[in-house]
Amino acid sequence: MTDALLDVKGLGYAPDGKRVLAGVSFDVREGEFVSVLGPNGAGKSTLLKHLNRLLPVREGAVRLRGRPVADYSFRALARIQSYVPQAKGYIPPYRVAEFLLMNRFPYLQALGTPGPRDRAVVEDALAQVALTGFRDRFLDTLSGGERQKVFIAAAMVQETDMILLDEPTTFLDPLHALEIYELLGRLHAREGKTVVMVTHDVNAALAHSGRMLCLKAGRAVFFGSPADFLSGRALDTLYDTPFRRYECPDDPAGPPAYLPGRSGP
Amino acid sequence: MNRASRRPLWIIGLLAAALLVPLLLALAGTPAISPARLLDPAFAGSTDGRILWQLRLPRVLLGFLAGATLAIGGMVFQAVFRNPLATPFTLGVSTGASFGAAVAVKLGLVAGLLGFSSVSLFSFLGAAVTVGVIYLLATVKREFSTEVMLLAGVALSFLFSSAILLVQYLSDFTGSYQMVRWLMGDLNAVGFERPLQLAAVLLPGALVVRWLCLDLNLILVGDDFARSRGVNVQRVRLVLFGVVSLLTGVVVSFCGPIGFIGMMVPHILRLLLGAEHRWLFWGSLLGGGVFLACCDWVARALIFPAEVPVGIITALLGGPFFLWLLIRGRSSRYFL
Repeated sequence: MTDALLDVKGLGYAPDGKRVLAGVSFDVREGEFVSVLGPNGAGKSTLLKHLNRLLPVREGAVRLRGRPVADYSFRALARIQSYVPQAKGYIPPYRVAEFLLMNRFPYLQALGTPGPRDRAVVEDALAQVALTGFRDRFLDTLSGGERQKVFIAAAMVQETDMILLDEPTTFLDPLHALEIYELLGRLHAREGKTVVMVTHDVNAALAHSGRMLCLKAGRAVFFGSPADFLSGRALDTLYDTPFRRYECPDDPAGPPAYLPGRSGP
Repeated sequence: MNRASRRPLWIIGLLAAALLVPLLLALAGTPAISPARLLDPAFAGSTDGRILWQLRLPRVLLGFLAGATLAIGGMVFQAVFRNPLATPFTLGVSTGASFGAAVAVKLGLVAGLLGFSSVSLFSFLGAAVTVGVIYLLATVKREFSTEVMLLAGVALSFLFSSAILLVQYLSDFTGSYQMVRWLMGDLNAVGFERPLQLAAVLLPGALVVRWLCLDLNLILVGDDFARSRGVNVQRVRLVLFGVVSLLTGVVVSFCGPIGFIGMMVPHILRLLLGAEHRWLFWGSLLGGGVFLACCDWVARALIFPAEVPVGIITALLGGPFFLWLLIRGRSSRYFL
């Protein structure tokens, strides 16, 4: 019925009677870049965790290549989807290269040691995030931006077709955020990776996404292309605040930026 | 040379210590036995020979195996709970095992199973019940919360401590003294029966832990993170909890609840070797063994011919050392 890589139908989630998600349906095609937007508490991270079995699907269905995600073992799933969690909480004192190597887990035997191929994949990922010189640094001594790049490299090391990211730029300065988006754009455009990204960055979502999914209070209020998103004024209703459109005076043909604001600057 | 490349040297050093130190400790003591006499064919039959073979070597071996077991158990709990304070001792597993053993002593049970005494079996039962209750409490709350588990463990520890006091109170003077003495930790062994029994439990248990070291590496980052890398966190945790309760139960029943090793040894080795568990496993196994064997030797030598309970020595040595590690500025980064 569908050639979608990932197909979500009527997904709901209500732990302890508290409704978090209700009737969310959307799909992700092979090689597509889908952004998930919505106010805090709209259920974006919860939705993401249903896509890779971190939470069990109780209402509705999540199908990956036509099969329910629950049919995949964690190991099999980890070869198809990788996951970049929100940057928060405890970070163990691993060295960067040693940590990246651990993410080869879905390809390793229980008592096996990583081989030259695993090390090559790690070196390649380090080079792609431009952190080759950080090989022997400790994770817990990195800056927020460096740490986030290492976690994206960790997802790349899994060599999956699909990457799920939960607010990859939330605690980053504008330059580091830009670098992350360029990296994701490269992975999508050059390596054909399918990307599903939860974000609060409306402009980045507009710039990079093929389609955008908007959640509000656990419901999908919009799913479609950035052009439809803008023409339908979905932005203003999504965050309950009017957004203003700004054009770069030096580059009127370039993409405009959208910023919230009730009155003129 | 950085810390990672020094790892093999540390492991080789620990391995050498694990082979040499027990032998030296067995030879040293009162009376001291010259290594040259080991080559004398008549030595095994002499008094000194019997002391060496029937008392000292079994005791050193038991200490080594118990130390290794406690250190592995501590390493596993610290990783699974992502907290350096979480060890079988602090989470009440040792106290539960002690309670089981105290009940068996009080009831005067003599029956055994598969060569293990009823004290051992009750002690394992106590450990398993404690782990089970902690696990249930945490799963009821759906999300596996480290804080809930730690609090539950501390509460259970208090509960079992009181229960042990009650059993002691109900016992006569001799029984009560035996229990107190046993609660301080003791590595007495006559012949190789006990060391071999402990080895029979430690070997498969350690193998399972080594089997799951790659999983532990990822679980230390986070449950969701590990799952998204292909680790079946639920199953790994269940298996490890079972193994650690078995290991703790057996050690406690043989040697009493010896504290600090499970917390201190893996922590110190994490500073030396890093947190990668394939290395930390061997470090904890060898380091824990050598450390407890040495502590026991000190316990015997300190006020000769009396023997200070080994649990007192581990705490007396371990407490200040641990505080020193925490106070050193650099080490706060490696809190786990």
